[in-house]
Amino acid sequence: MVTIYILLLFVIIASIIAVETRKLLSAVICIGAVGFGGSLLFLFLRAPDIAITQIVVEVLGLIILIRATISRDVTFISGDREFFGMVVSIVILLVITVAGIRVLGTLPAFGTPIISQVSDAASNTYIKEGLAKTGAANIVSSVILDFRAYDTLGEATVLFTSIIGAMVILRKKSRKLLEEPQE
Amino acid sequence: MNGMTVIVKTVSSWVKLLIFLFGIYIIIFGHLTPGGGFAGGVILASSYILLMLAFGRNFAEENLSFGWASKLDCVGALMFAALALCGLFYGGAYFFWNFIQQRYMSEGDNVLKLVSAGTIPLANIAIGLKVMTSLFLVTLVLSTFRLDGTVKEKE
Repeated sequence: MVTIYILLLFVIIASIIAVETRKLLSAVICIGAVGFGGSLLFLFLRAPDIAITQIVVEVLGLIILIRATISRDVTFISGDREFFGMVVSIVILLVITVAGIRVLGTLPAFGTPIISQVSDAASNTYIKEGLAKTGAANIVSSVILDFRAYDTLGEATVLFTSIIGAMVILRKKSRKLLEEPQE
Repeated sequence: MNGMTVIVKTVSSWVKLLIFLFGIYIIIFGHLTPGGGFAGGVILASSYILLMLAFGRNFAEENLSFGWASKLDCVGALMFAALALCGLFYGGAYFFWNFIQQRYMSEGDNVLKLVSAGTIPLANIAIGLKVMTSLFLVTLVLSTFRLDGTVKEKE
């Protein structure tokens, strides 16, 4: 429980910095920190699938945002700071490698379901009580539209966002053209 | 941009109705057989996209105009949210409580019937509506606006 509160504090501080900072690139990096903190939160709240989704979306969004802002806001790094940055990145890479190897060691063997190892896994409940609680013969439907419908609400919003994204990217000045069609 | 050849037009005018019906089947039987709102919505959208590819953008837009598509999109989203709020206010303590199943249907009574599973078929219909119109709108937007920001002229 304490880790969740610490992560929550980290996310809140990072989002405050993202709003208050002057530099665009720093704001983008702070947004990335918020996203990765959120994915860690999901991991500690025992929702690993959402954590994976969050990380994938966060990495993609961060790359796109940095690519979009880096031409407007360039900071040059030289001398000692370059060496310092290299040391920091090597240390972070080592930590991630060690952690990844240890995580891979705790995974169940290939082919064995996780229900057989964790007795109070959520998927156990879905299989045992899915039919009685929802009445749907298709258990996939009963999971995505009843037990985890909140997730589906978010997924439906993704489509809405995709339309907005397509329109924003493609129409630069077409709103003016739509208002006054004849030039 | 008047579409493709006569062969493509003839075949797609026969096939479009079957695709549409199949999409509706996938959505309505989503709680009994594999499928559901997302898959059925994509199939429904593909019938409209087939129209758009074969007969040109203007023909597809006469069948399902931009305004109607966005209205149906909003209807789907609001229906889904309304189901969630109904679960919240009908005595259940949380979002997306399956209030029809818990209140008005007894346990395991009508399994494998079309009318079963409470709010799940309704949610499937809402999601199908939303996915269909959203994909149609994305394709329409991508084919309408050029990359330099100008609108392609209607021919």
